[in-house]
Amino acid sequence: MKLPPVGYEAPETVSEAVELLAEHQDEASVLAGGQSLIPLLALRLAHPAVLIDINGVDELSGVSAADGWVAIGAMTREYVAEESGTVASAVPLLAAALPLIGHEAIRSRGTIGGSLAHADPAAELPAVARALDAEFVVRGQSGERVVPAAEWFEGYLTTSRQPDELLTGVRFPAAGPGTGVSFQEVARRHGDFAMVGLATSVTLSGGVISDARLAFAGVSDVPARASGAEELLAGQRPSAELFDEAARRAAAGIDPPADLHGSAEYRKKVAAALVRRGLRAAVGNAQEGQ
Amino acid sequence: MTEVDITLTVNGATRTGSPEARKTLADFLRDDLGLTGTHLGCEHGVCGACTVIVDGRAVRSCLMLAVQAAGSEVTTIEGLAMKGASEGGTGRRAGGGEMGVLQQAMWDSHSFQCGFCTPGMIMQAVAFLSDHPDADERQIREALSGNICRCTGYQSIIDGVLLAAERGRERAAREQR
Repeated sequence: MKLPPVGYEAPETVSEAVELLAEHQDEASVLAGGQSLIPLLALRLAHPAVLIDINGVDELSGVSAADGWVAIGAMTREYVAEESGTVASAVPLLAAALPLIGHEAIRSRGTIGGSLAHADPAAELPAVARALDAEFVVRGQSGERVVPAAEWFEGYLTTSRQPDELLTGVRFPAAGPGTGVSFQEVARRHGDFAMVGLATSVTLSGGVISDARLAFAGVSDVPARASGAEELLAGQRPSAELFDEAARRAAAGIDPPADLHGSAEYRKKVAAALVRRGLRAAVGNAQEGQ
Repeated sequence: MTEVDITLTVNGATRTGSPEARKTLADFLRDDLGLTGTHLGCEHGVCGACTVIVDGRAVRSCLMLAVQAAGSEVTTIEGLAMKGASEGGTGRRAGGGEMGVLQQAMWDSHSFQCGFCTPGMIMQAVAFLSDHPDADERQIREALSGNICRCTGYQSIIDGVLLAAERGRERAAREQR
C-alpha cells in the first residue's frame, strides 16, 4: 500500500533531532534507513504523526576504534559496516552477522542504529549486541546516557529508549586474542528473518574456554543469552561431548514461539543444532587465529 | 499534507519536483517523472521489482522516500542504454535501439518471461556486476536472492547474468591488449 499522510522533519544535527523528539514525543518516529519503518507504514502497523528523518545528520555516521571499543554511529549503513576493516578485525562477530541481514539492496539503506532501535528479536544485530554486551548511547534534552545491551531490549520491538531520546551510536568491545566467532541461522529462504539464529563468541586461553557467549535470535521477545550453556562451557576444554551438553542446556532454557513456519519443539531442535554448529565453528575459528 | 521541494539527477538529467513527504521514490519516478519502467510489486520491500541504483548502490525505491533522494544520482532501467560500457550500458543514447551488455546477454539467454521482475533484476545485477565483475554463479544467485520471479525458476536469469559477466571480462581483456 501507499504510505499514509505523515509530517516530515529533516534535522541536520543531533541537537535539532532531540529538540524535535522532545516536541513530538511518541507522535514521532525516527526515520533512519527505513527498511523496517517504511514497510510498517505501508502495512499500517505504525501511525506516526511525523517522521524525523536523521539521514542528513552527518555526525551520526562512522566507525571508530578507541580504548578497546569500536564505536559505530547510529546512521552508519549496514553495507558500510560490512566493508569496514575496523569492524572485520575488531568485531568479527558483527562482521559475520552483517552479510546475513536481508539482501544487498536492504543493506544499501539499512543502518546499524535503525536495526538495534527497531529491536526485532528475530534480527541478527540485536543478538550480536546482546552476545557482546554492547553499549547503547542515547541522547535526550537532559544529556546523554549509556545503556548496556542487557537493559536495552525490553520486549518485542521495544527498547528502553524514551520517546524524547535519540539512539546516537553503539559501542562494541573489541575481540581479544584467542577469540573465535560464528553467526548461525536457519531460515525458510535466504535473506528471510531466521526461525532461529545464534551469535557465538568463544575465547580460548591455553586450550581452555575462558569465555563463551551465546545469544539466540528468534526464540523469545528479546534476544536471549544462553547463560546455562555459557556457565557450563567456561573453564572447559572444547570437545564434542561438551558441545552436546551445552546444546541440551541451551535448548532446555528457551521457550520459543510456534507459527506456520515451525513448531516450538522444532525450533528447540534447531536451537540445539545451532549451538553445536556455532561452538564447532567458533572454536575452530579461535584455534586458526592462534 | 507536507510537500517538499527536491532536485535530483535521474539518468543523467537534473529533475525537480515537490512530492508529498510520504511519496516513495518509486511513485515519484513513475507518477511524477513518467518513468514507468520501474515496477512496483509488493510495495513493502519484499519482491525487489522496484530496485533502482541510487548513488551507485542498488536500493528498493519503495523503501525510500522521494524527499530522501534530493541531491542524489538515480539510475533507472530507462537510463541503462545511455550508460557507459563499464556501467553495464553501451555508451550510446537511448532510442538508438541499443541494449546494454547485461540486457543483451539476458535477451540472448531468454532470461525472462512475463517481464514484471525484469527491471528490478537488471538494476540489481548491474549494480552487483559493476562491483564484482568476476562473480561466479553462487555469488550471482546470492546477489539476486532478494528479487522474486514467478515465471522462470531463475536458471535462465542466472545464465544471462553469467553470460554478461563473461562478455564483460572478454571486453576488458580486449581493451587491455
